Amino acid sequence: MGLALLILILKTMALRTGNEHYAQAARFWAKIFAINFAMGVVTGIPMEFQFGTNWARFSKAAGGVIGQTLAMEGVFSFFLESSFLGVFLYGEKRLSPKAHWFAAFLVCAGSWLSGYFIIATDAWMQHPTGYTLAANGEIMLSSFWGLLLNPWIFWQYLHNMIGAVVTGSFVMAAVGAFYLLTKRNEDFGRTFVRLGVIAGTLATIMMVFPTGDGQGRNIAAQQPPTLAAMEGLFESVDGAPLAILGQPDVEHHRLDNPFTIPRALSFLTYQRWQARVRGLNAFPPDEWPDNIPLLYYSYHIMVGLGTILIGVMVLCCWSLWRGSLYRQAPLLWLLMLMLPFPYIATTAGWVTAELGRQPWLIYGIMRTPAGVSPHVSAGNALFTLIGFMGIYTILAILFLFLVSREIEEGPAQTVEAVAPV
Amino acid sequence: MATIWFGLVAVMIAFYVVLDGFDLGAGIVHLFITRNDAERRAVLASIGPVWDGNEVWLLAGGGTLYFAFPALYASSFSGFYLPLMIVLWLLILRGIAIEFRNHIRSLVWQPLWDVVFAGASGLLAIFFGAALGNVVRGVPLDRSGEFFLPLWTDFTAGKESGILDWYTMLIAVAAFLALTVHGALWVSLKTEDGLQQRAHQLAMRVWWALAASIAVITWCSFVVQPQLQTSFAERPWGYVFPLIALAGLIGMRIFGGELQKFLSSCVFILGMLTSAAFGLYPILLPSNGDPAFSLTVANAAAAPYGLRIGLFWFIPGMLLTTCYFVYTYRSFAGKVRTGVVTEGHG
Repeated sequence: MGLALLILILKTMALRTGNEHYAQAARFWAKIFAINFAMGVVTGIPMEFQFGTNWARFSKAAGGVIGQTLAMEGVFSFFLESSFLGVFLYGEKRLSPKAHWFAAFLVCAGSWLSGYFIIATDAWMQHPTGYTLAANGEIMLSSFWGLLLNPWIFWQYLHNMIGAVVTGSFVMAAVGAFYLLTKRNEDFGRTFVRLGVIAGTLATIMMVFPTGDGQGRNIAAQQPPTLAAMEGLFESVDGAPLAILGQPDVEHHRLDNPFTIPRALSFLTYQRWQARVRGLNAFPPDEWPDNIPLLYYSYHIMVGLGTILIGVMVLCCWSLWRGSLYRQAPLLWLLMLMLPFPYIATTAGWVTAELGRQPWLIYGIMRTPAGVSPHVSAGNALFTLIGFMGIYTILAILFLFLVSREIEEGPAQTVEAVAPV
Repeated sequence: MATIWFGLVAVMIAFYVVLDGFDLGAGIVHLFITRNDAERRAVLASIGPVWDGNEVWLLAGGGTLYFAFPALYASSFSGFYLPLMIVLWLLILRGIAIEFRNHIRSLVWQPLWDVVFAGASGLLAIFFGAALGNVVRGVPLDRSGEFFLPLWTDFTAGKESGILDWYTMLIAVAAFLALTVHGALWVSLKTEDGLQQRAHQLAMRVWWALAASIAVITWCSFVVQPQLQTSFAERPWGYVFPLIALAGLIGMRIFGGELQKFLSSCVFILGMLTSAAFGLYPILLPSNGDPAFSLTVANAAAAPYGLRIGLFWFIPGMLLTTCYFVYTYRSFAGKVRTGVVTEGHG
């Protein structure tokens, strides 16, 4: 989703300047996008099916509600994306530059729309809206717009999509830095670093404010035990400190080795230094998230890495503005080595969101163990889990292998690769 | 209202089988009819721009099923747990085989993906056939509308049968043959010269086996699932569906043009699937124990408000989709020329 936007920017630059350089850069990233997309398609299909296979009771109860958004995702975004990705990848020679730009636009729009529907689905599980409960336990949709305009969606969607732009920007900048450091494809290297750093600077800052801040306030308002667990706050206090480091000790209800900023949590949550923040002890233990340490760590990894990513991008952006970034080997090294971290931060963010929802499958309505498929035995589930782990390992190896080959080959060869063989 | 959605879901699944069916069929036949790398590239290029969009029909059909008939979705997907998981793995392998084959030119890389592509496509055709067989035969639903089936037991089509028994395996064979012919006709439509002729010959030879298997499964289905007789006896206008299928089957033989033959095959598949759907209606998933436990259009549908509101976005959405497909297929109309296939994004 992030890369789709960056490719669209490259295509726009190509169209506006008429410079073949940008068209070629877009073609290079389109090849990498195609590998990513193939991965996304083949791994995405199991996700939809697992609602039915492994979460039958949940699907039966809630299918009438979240089936809407999932079916809309298929009808409105997957068809759009997949049809025009074929046109985009195979059709550059047959189409006018404007029509080809439009195909890129539709692929990007399809992926961003897909993100909306999937976030709407997750948002409904985090904060159910627009439903009524039937006597037989079925959850019925009562307001279509209540489902699609769930207040939870807004910040979560922006936070997620801008996170995708952060990842895309870091990947582009890292590849560009790699080219500059190895003194190959240096003209492309400069383009990639420039676009990656500018987009990355804007996006990393927007991850914290306003989107991260908005998402945090959603959690504080709707899932207060989750907030307490994320922050490692066991006791309710006025003027609560913000824990930067420390290890939650759930047995003794305390944070070991804390390194905190006094009163900062109160201010961030309620904009008042003295505000009272409820700790975990204010809630019955059966409403605590199941795995408090993991939730705490994943949240802190996300925030910590996010802060580092902002720092790197701002530093590089400043150097770019001064006109010296392309010669600054240490900064280019830093950009290149940062490559894995946005992926880790994104994963940690999703772990935070989903662990934070526990012990609920649908917040406040259905507990997680109540949603499983009653007839699928643990042995069968383990069998398929091992199968998926095996196949995904193969996919990961193939992905890294193919993408690194494309990067090795570089954008200069792209023209020959699409020429007749 | 639920009946409208039954029709829409059935049509979406039928479109999936017709569209992705030729991708799978092309996968099944490509090792037999190609002589060299250029010809294999031509087969892949004929499906390259469209296979992914075709597969979306499965996702969108699944999503529509999920929201319109949540109880059926939950019951069948968890009950057919193992075969569905295997289908997912095969879909993954098929997809990456198509996408990754042309990234590297090597005598170990390409043949590997060619075999994966052929094997995954063939097995998918067989599994989809077996799935259809299970839906027609019925499954051991309990009071709460749930079940779990092992892959196989004793291969009799009785109450204790697994996913695979003699009946579902017959349907699987028929599905395999139908998609083989379908894919061969697609390749024949989209390619030229020797490759086109070999594809055409293969289709015409396998056609005899297909016709024979269709006769066998039609008779067996009426024996295994008595609901079919009831449906056709109560609503004789429904004979139009099998007649459509028959017309398609004959059309593949008598028409001369490649496009007419391929379209006949599409009509044949649509006719067969709509016959099955019509024959089962109003049952969605029959119980082979107590008939009262069958999942029907009435007891598996979502609440009326959701179904009603769904039509408001579904109809414009599918109209848009039709436009995309018409546009895409027109953009890539015409034959793929062997030897001048572009590498695409390879």
